[in-house]
Amino acid sequence: MYNLLRESLPQMGFEDEQLFCKEIIRRKAVLALYKFHLIAPNQVQHIHIKFQKALCDRDVGVMAASLHIYHRMIKENSSGYKDLTGSFVTILKQVVGGKLPVDFNYHSVPAPWLQIQLLRILRLLGKDDQRTSELMYDVLDESLRRAELNHNVTYAILFECVHTVYSIYPKSELLEKAAKCIGKFVLSPKINLKYLGLKALTYVIQQDPTLALQHQMTIIECLDHPDPIIKRETLELLYRITNAQNITVIVQKMLEYLHQSKEEYIIVNLTMNAVFSVGGDVMNPDIPNNFLRLLAEGFDDETEDQQLRLYAVQSYLTLLDVENVFYPQRFLQVMSWVLGEYSYLLDKETPEEVITKLYKLLMNDSISSETKAWLIAAVTKLTPQAHSSNIVERLIQEFTVSLDTCLRQHAFELKHLYENAELMKSLLPLNKSCEDMVVDASLSFLDSHVAEALSQGAAPYKPHHQRQEEKLSQEKGLNFEPYGLSFSSSGFTGRQSPAGISLGSDISGNSAEIGLKETSSLKLEGIQKLWGKEGYLPKKESKTGDETEAPPVSQESIIENVDQTITKKDPSQALTQSKEEKEKQLLASSLFVGLGSESTVNLLGKADTISHKFRRKSKVKEAISGEKTSAHNMTRSSFSSPTNVTYEEDYYLDNLRDGRDKELEKFALSEELLGSESLSEPPLVEKLSECQQPAPSLFADDMEVFHPPRSTSASLASESSLASLLEETTEHMHSDLTEVCNTETMSLSSYKIWKDDCLLMVWLVSNKNGSELEGVNLEIAPAENFKITEQPGCCLPIIEAENTKNFQYSVQMEKPFTEGNLSGFINYQMMNTHAVQLEFSVNLSLLDFIRPLKISTEDFGKLWLSFANDVKQNVKMSESQAALPSALKTLQRKLRLHVVDIIGSEGLLACQLLPSIPCLLHFRVHGDVLALWFRSSCSTLPDYLLYQCQKVMEGS
Amino acid sequence: MPGLQAGSPPEEIQQQIVRETFHLVLKRDDNICNFLEGGSLIGGADYKLIYRHYATLYFVFCVDSSESELGILDLIQVFVETLDKCFENVCELDLIFHMDKVHYILQEVVMGGMVLETNMNEIVAQIEAQNRLEKSEGGLSAAPARAVSAVKNMNLPEIPRNINIGDLNIKVPNLSQFV
Repeated sequence: MYNLLRESLPQMGFEDEQLFCKEIIRRKAVLALYKFHLIAPNQVQHIHIKFQKALCDRDVGVMAASLHIYHRMIKENSSGYKDLTGSFVTILKQVVGGKLPVDFNYHSVPAPWLQIQLLRILRLLGKDDQRTSELMYDVLDESLRRAELNHNVTYAILFECVHTVYSIYPKSELLEKAAKCIGKFVLSPKINLKYLGLKALTYVIQQDPTLALQHQMTIIECLDHPDPIIKRETLELLYRITNAQNITVIVQKMLEYLHQSKEEYIIVNLTMNAVFSVGGDVMNPDIPNNFLRLLAEGFDDETEDQQLRLYAVQSYLTLLDVENVFYPQRFLQVMSWVLGEYSYLLDKETPEEVITKLYKLLMNDSISSETKAWLIAAVTKLTPQAHSSNIVERLIQEFTVSLDTCLRQHAFELKHLYENAELMKSLLPLNKSCEDMVVDASLSFLDSHVAEALSQGAAPYKPHHQRQEEKLSQEKGLNFEPYGLSFSSSGFTGRQSPAGISLGSDISGNSAEIGLKETSSLKLEGIQKLWGKEGYLPKKESKTGDETEAPPVSQESIIENVDQTITKKDPSQALTQSKEEKEKQLLASSLFVGLGSESTVNLLGKADTISHKFRRKSKVKEAISGEKTSAHNMTRSSFSSPTNVTYEEDYYLDNLRDGRDKELEKFALSEELLGSESLSEPPLVEKLSECQQPAPSLFADDMEVFHPPRSTSASLASESSLASLLEETTEHMHSDLTEVCNTETMSLSSYKIWKDDCLLMVWLVSNKNGSELEGVNLEIAPAENFKITEQPGCCLPIIEAENTKNFQYSVQMEKPFTEGNLSGFINYQMMNTHAVQLEFSVNLSLLDFIRPLKISTEDFGKLWLSFANDVKQNVKMSESQAALPSALKTLQRKLRLHVVDIIGSEGLLACQLLPSIPCLLHFRVHGDVLALWFRSSCSTLPDYLLYQCQKVMEGS
Repeated sequence: MPGLQAGSPPEEIQQQIVRETFHLVLKRDDNICNFLEGGSLIGGADYKLIYRHYATLYFVFCVDSSESELGILDLIQVFVETLDKCFENVCELDLIFHMDKVHYILQEVVMGGMVLETNMNEIVAQIEAQNRLEKSEGGLSAAPARAVSAVKNMNLPEIPRNINIGDLNIKVPNLSQFV
């Protein structure tokens, strides 16, 4: 049976093959094989069959041993073993049904460890996979039913069962039962079970936050539990239910815990620091921000605040002293902010020492440039307090030549502030991070400078849209966008081009980070906290914080709620409500506020999903208001939030995503305006000390890249007609203008407008001649696959001298195909000459007719089941895209698919072929392989889309 | 913590782990839970200490997140009951003077970091067979050739010692700490 072993065994002195008849030897042999597999998985591919044989072995022990192997292999690659689901389910059924020999029973529970192992395997298999999950519903139900709670080990099985039920594709019945079981755990007097109950709640809470409401009183009790482990688990749970309303209370609880645990528990990694260093980069950006806000705004008692801040500063300094430890970027950002703001509280250590530490971090290669920006900001804040500052000088020297624009920017700011100590001190006062600064938002102090520049012959400032027109009209102008990123030509010019272009240049900077990692959104939240439409926010926010602690309306209702649960539990308890009890309820209401309602559920921090990266519209708007003010009031805010530039990226991504939001666009313009205003100035940094305000330079550096060309050769068309056309086109995405034919007298160009309901082809005929063209007529030959309709609006067959006229045709696709040609001809006649006929053709691709289909995940599920045609294919991705987010982005951008949902490493996308053939895509990423699965009501569409996908993903 | 990971942490680190674990466990009352989050010493947040307290003895297993906490608690119970059966009313002295046997028993339960056998009767049967072998051959220190022939003749499982290919860095439930 085990050749491999047979080969090696003789050397060990075992030749008797009969040995393999013994179960115990087979069992240990399986483990030996497993070891082989662990040591060199590639060299022992052929033993996989042996594993399967072991799984089917007549001896239960051998089978159980093989489960270890499968558990591990399925953990690594669950999709490869889906076909075994049936076997595992059958085995579990037999075990649960008591088909095993009696001596496998433990306290009359049949083979509990085997059950546990099987449940774990099923959990891995059924995750996010409805079909596989359906196979196991029955057996899970039976397990839940059979588990009679008479012994510890049944609880172990039950716990695994509940965990599995919540991990696989949900089924409401099972969820209900599982929720009841969790109740048994949580309410159990046994402390171990309570611990597991809390643990189960933390798993479950992400799917069903209301469950926490049911157990809120227990949770509150656990908060004050003498066992630090229980306490920690409770905090972990609270951390999962953190939302905007209860964050203050929860962080407070965590900080309280931090102080206590200092005395009673040596392992300090149970503190806030642990939350940061462990949760680090994956955690909701709200958490560090709120933590910082809490530190900055403080509590009621000023001395307590100072103590807390001092404690934070000291603990961070100790952490920084530890050699060779890598902290998450976000944690480092928190550290640098705290050190920058509150180092002055230190007695022993001088600002110089702190600066030295920060400098050491700055020199570390493993630190992202975003974090470095935070670090420089911290150094900037510390500089005025330092007496001697060789290090600051060295830092300036090194970073003013940094390749990173953002860092260079900060370094220059520091340099100029450093040269003007007085300004620096007034700009960076101590402990004033919460106070507002008055800012000249109109930048009027620049007026004289502008006037001077104008009088010296500088070109007057042109608003963005004007430059845009000019750019469009320069048909053969230079390409100012970076090479290789000119995807804007395929879909993101025109109306969205401000965003598109700037995205292009940003991407060249740090494509890996843009919007994919939540890191950059940190800034956004941070600014949002400090600045709002009405100006500076913290005062208001702290008010809402107070409300959270004692919200008059919701509190009542929740107390009612609590009362009910209490009455259920123990009527007498409700009658004699002690003061303490009331306090607890108050706490409960503040902790669980906002959990029940739908809207806040969305705000729940699912630390492990990536769905956050596409923020909701409302959030985007908030962000804009934040940005608007921060852009105008940029003085101190630029320091307390060092990377406004990354923030912009975020903003642009949102802009792209939420393309139709007018408000966004308006703001994009005004923002561009602001940027380019500073552009027309000489490099602002040099003027910094004169103008007293460091602000606009923040943008200046970034904007330079896409400064539009100001060429005067508007050769193609008169501006007015183009402008009017543009107005129309700005509502939709459109392609670049391409010339299709050209003669001495006229030129014909075309572009595509991807309207929501059709493809609109526009042909522009421009008369280059001094005299008018007559009998102009453009006709499109009927094509097999297309339905072409002429749009009204242009009937005069005459084009005046130097004028342009457009013909519009809406095109619909009759049946799917990959690429097709649209050909036609144009007739015209010059005065006194004979008629000329010119032929032309335009290439149309399937993608011109694909539009995003905006549906919900539920609808997706329904549609998915209703479609009969499906195509599956694995596509290898080019290296640059080998990750879910980037693959997703590519699909979204290049194929115009709508991202419906992201579940773990799987994505759901939907699109429709105009007029209305839907197509759904499910995809999953394994390493650099993308498993695509299309379904559609049309039989050929999936194939064609797959082809397009392959083209895009393979980077051809 | 003998045999935590074959060949990995040096002796002094092992001693340190044992010491610290002992201090952690000793401080805990009986009415608080039997699970401890691992410190950096035992491999970080993914690892847990699960212990059971019997009179003057603590049994501590260190497991990673892929083990069920309650399952391990019961496994400790199985292990202790097995010890009790093998030594007939086990006491501390038995464990101290027969550490090797304790390890054989543990090896029947847990092998290569994985739970192999949870059936107490089966474990006891294997151990008894092993004892018989030892007696008839005058202990394991006998010449390897004789041991081999004995195994051949008697079909007895001395295999574990031969094919136990050093533990890799996988979860290792562990016996430790006798007080």
